[in-house]
Amino acid sequence: MKTLCAILLLCGAVALLPAFVSSGFVLNLVIMTLYATLLGQAWNILAGFGGQYSFGHAAFFGTGAYASAALQVHLGVNAWLCLPFAIACGAAVGALVGALSFRYGLRGSYFALVTLAFAEVLRILANSVKFTGGGVGLLIPLKSSSLDFQFQGKAGFLYVILVLTLAGFLLSWWLERSRYGAWLTAVRDNEDSAAALGVNVFRVKLQAIVLSAALTAAGGAFYAQYFQYIDPHLAYGPAVSVEALLGPIVGGLGTVFGPLLGAAALRLLGELTRNLMGDAPGVSLMIYGAVLIAMVTFLPRGIAGLFRHFGRRAA
Amino acid sequence: MLELSILFPSILNGLTLGAVYALIALGLTLIYGVLHIINFAHGALLMIALYGVFFLNAKLGVDPYAALPVMVPAMFALGYALQRFVIGRASHGKDENILLVTLGLTLILENFALFAWRSDTRTIETSYTFSTVAIAGAMISTPKVVAFFGALAATAILLAFITRTDLGRAIRAVARERQGAKLVGIDVEHVFAMSFGIGLACLGAAACFLLPAYYVNPQVGNGFVLIAFTIVVLGGMGSFAGALLGGFIIGVVESVGGLWLGESLGQIGIFVIFIAVLLFRPQGIFGARA
Repeated sequence: MKTLCAILLLCGAVALLPAFVSSGFVLNLVIMTLYATLLGQAWNILAGFGGQYSFGHAAFFGTGAYASAALQVHLGVNAWLCLPFAIACGAAVGALVGALSFRYGLRGSYFALVTLAFAEVLRILANSVKFTGGGVGLLIPLKSSSLDFQFQGKAGFLYVILVLTLAGFLLSWWLERSRYGAWLTAVRDNEDSAAALGVNVFRVKLQAIVLSAALTAAGGAFYAQYFQYIDPHLAYGPAVSVEALLGPIVGGLGTVFGPLLGAAALRLLGELTRNLMGDAPGVSLMIYGAVLIAMVTFLPRGIAGLFRHFGRRAA
Repeated sequence: MLELSILFPSILNGLTLGAVYALIALGLTLIYGVLHIINFAHGALLMIALYGVFFLNAKLGVDPYAALPVMVPAMFALGYALQRFVIGRASHGKDENILLVTLGLTLILENFALFAWRSDTRTIETSYTFSTVAIAGAMISTPKVVAFFGALAATAILLAFITRTDLGRAIRAVARERQGAKLVGIDVEHVFAMSFGIGLACLGAAACFLLPAYYVNPQVGNGFVLIAFTIVVLGGMGSFAGALLGGFIIGVVESVGGLWLGESLGQIGIFVIFIAVLLFRPQGIFGARA
């Protein structure tokens, strides 16, 4: 219950933000942090709770982004209606990737590499097919009406991403206390013993990847709507997959607040380096790489683990 | 549909490419066979080696083939240090951690290259860049022919080293049975670092053979990483003969696939092979059924 109260308080506070802050810079910062949190939450479901490390979440993200954008551009469908469709498409790709790799028992590094290969296949396809606009990408036509999922200010986008992140929070909270969540963590900790205890390992992992992919696709659809542009590299490039996994690892794998902590810390670090070093290409990603190595080496439980450690000491 | 006069040179081209791929994959499979880790930074490290060859040529006028005695020891030293001081310390006994650490390493190397040398694609020009050799009526560029024989020679030296020397024996012992090797007095940490170093030395050699016929930019490693994994998985993880054969297969598939499907879509064949092999025959061509 304490966790649920914290989630609701936090989201309530963010919801009140536009009433007090009108600076586009600050609102954009909050939106991008929540967006990174959403991708992290999605990755965390599969990797943090389920122990299946994906290196190819771009496959789900890009599918969500392209599904939403292509439907608007080619068929003129309303953008709000595109959102559930995008989520469904992402979930379908998740189900396909999951069914194939889990059916044949891919684990650990093999699973990571096969997901990366799926993302690359989709990137090459998106680059070569007319439907996705090829290398040029898709430009979503400007409409500037909230009925079309385009807002005048940033506040509208803030509420949308807040609702999506809240869904991610509730999902993680549910995983921490439900029977299904217990099955999933059992599979993570020891697949063979979980199977011996009667857990349907294949189904549990498949459900986790579908949930994770659906949430990631929602993030993709949001991205396409927020920036009104998508191309193969933005959608299916390795940068998205890295962004999805970095947050939870920095913040704390398999925890409810880990993805948020990680996303906020990385955003802060990113802004800091931008202030210190200017916009030199590559610098921020170079630092992200160093942070990733340092976290895995010295703080494998992330920032959340650090809190728990000191919390226990104080108690 | 495809005439033999186009297909034959394309296959030859694929074989020359495949020899270099095989050399890169040998480094990867050696690291995997001994340390049981997947070096995700393999492509990024190849990129660094390519830049090394490029700058030796551009700044000091060193011929890329003459750069071999510099690049091979330099990459070896880099690999030894990386395993000793970075990768070895981060594992905490989990596969996924190594993958994440080498991913972090990739991010650092790639973006360092982007920061220091910009994203321009660079090539070198030598007196033999545009010369060709006629093989059974097909014209193949000289650097590619050199790369083919050079990569084969490097592979032969590596195999002789692994099978004939004491260190090679120790490496095989550690690969087979870590605990047992420790018990008979082998310094396992040292062998780990040596294997990683040798794996990277292969990249140093590959870079010297590759650059005269290829190019370098900060992202060049991305393509190679999945290609090398595909070869290693196809040939069977840890199998040298498999890596060699896998390299040739992938080289030919890429070359012929590009001819058939066009530049952009041609790469897709490699990834499809990768996914298919991982799913249906993860032990590879030479691996025994698990």
